[in-house]
Amino acid sequence: MLAALTNGVPGIDADCGGACSCATCHVYVQEDWLDKVGDISPTEEAMLSLSTDRQDNSRLSCQIEITDELDGLVVTTPEFQF
Amino acid sequence: MSENSTEMRATESAEQSRWSMVGKDPWTMPIEKIDLSHPGIWHTNEFLPFLERLRKEDPVHFCAESAVGPYWSVTKYSDIMEVDTSPHIYSSEPTVGIIDSYEEYTLPMFIAMDPPKHDDQRRIAQPVVAPANLKRLESIIRERVCNILDGLPVNEEFDWVKHVSIELTTQMLATLFDFPFEDRYKLTFWSDAATAIPGAGVVNSNEERWAAMEECLQVFTGLWNERVNAEPGSDLVSMLAHGEATRNMPPMEYLGNIILLIVGGNDTTRNSISGGVLALNENPAEYDKLRANHGIIPNMVSEIIRWQTPLAYMRRTALVDAELGGKQIKAGDKVVMWYASGNRDEEAIDRANEFLIDREKARQHLSFGFGLHRCMGNRLAEMQLRILWEEIMQRFHKVEVVGEPERVYSSFVKGYTHLPVRLHPLN
Repeated sequence: MLAALTNGVPGIDADCGGACSCATCHVYVQEDWLDKVGDISPTEEAMLSLSTDRQDNSRLSCQIEITDELDGLVVTTPEFQF
Repeated sequence: MSENSTEMRATESAEQSRWSMVGKDPWTMPIEKIDLSHPGIWHTNEFLPFLERLRKEDPVHFCAESAVGPYWSVTKYSDIMEVDTSPHIYSSEPTVGIIDSYEEYTLPMFIAMDPPKHDDQRRIAQPVVAPANLKRLESIIRERVCNILDGLPVNEEFDWVKHVSIELTTQMLATLFDFPFEDRYKLTFWSDAATAIPGAGVVNSNEERWAAMEECLQVFTGLWNERVNAEPGSDLVSMLAHGEATRNMPPMEYLGNIILLIVGGNDTTRNSISGGVLALNENPAEYDKLRANHGIIPNMVSEIIRWQTPLAYMRRTALVDAELGGKQIKAGDKVVMWYASGNRDEEAIDRANEFLIDREKARQHLSFGFGLHRCMGNRLAEMQLRILWEEIMQRFHKVEVVGEPERVYSSFVKGYTHLPVRLHPLN
């Protein structure tokens, strides 16, 4: 999430600033990366479950910690952030 | 006016002066006596220094005695976030209002529910205001805005609240519910009746409020009966009537959710519409910025919503003992998140006490709340405000405030009953 914000990438709103509290940093993780981005916490799951555009590969990008292993990670953004 | 309501007014006045904080010095009075719940200082616009003192000296503050009983005031942004995002500790049941209403007057609505029931019901209503649906509403909204603005008197004084703020939001509500357009004022009345303090100008008693709620239920039951057997439509009533989790709901729950959706879309948006005009007038350099760059409008909308904070607080009830800001909260305690305070917390928001339409991170404010209960109408509210200001800037050099605003008598609804303005057209 922070990477998008600080580099002016549009489509991620991050209203709560990364606190897993607003679900406006919603992204779709490309299938082959899905098991590499970490587990979904109950809090993240609760927020995601209310999203109308939720898919199997949905994540809140503020909960994905970027490491060197994620170099090359591809995500797409939903048409809208709620 | 009946005998009863005159008595009620006399009682109200006595109550008002007993608990009112109006005229007290926020910095020298004993801090334990500060009581934010009483509407007095909100009505007179004196509340800010009380919030500031609490943030500085007692951010998680216990008020032992008030007209609404004992309660905690949470005034800093970070503590408010903690409460808002901890529904397993701080419950939204039985009510998010500061008054502990009697059971027969409490309507079940998902704003005042915890998971799992909350999630089931919210999931049903949410699609009606999802951004994809909003895109379809944009042209109707713009049409309505243009219609209203083009009908306004120019170069003469009128009340912006009545002719723009209330008119626009009422029309929007009617659209969302596919409510008979000519009866749309009932939506405003029911919404105001649901949240008003008896005696403050909308209803004179709880009995009157209840009568209004019964009428609302009657009318909406009629709409439900019409639509339940028809094809599912994209209006709120149809969604509730066809949704898996809501189609069997008891009448009181249906009424509660209807009221929630009307209230949610009613005075909040209304008061942001008024608040934006006032803020620009009080900060003329910002109005200049707006004239120079209409592209700033979406950012300005977020700043207006932060600045106005249309709902001053949301209340929670502790389910278990917990520590907050170094204080010990006991199970059963009433905990009040003062969004109106958190939004002015300089430790969380840069230059928080300045109205800056081009500020960075303008969306990072508390007015919509955070967590599971975050306002689901937030994008709709923003869209209405954005379109309104886009069209205002096409027509008027200035919406000038020409008299003192009158504020709502409430510590919950933070808004305006009157805002005298004069329109100056573009040359």
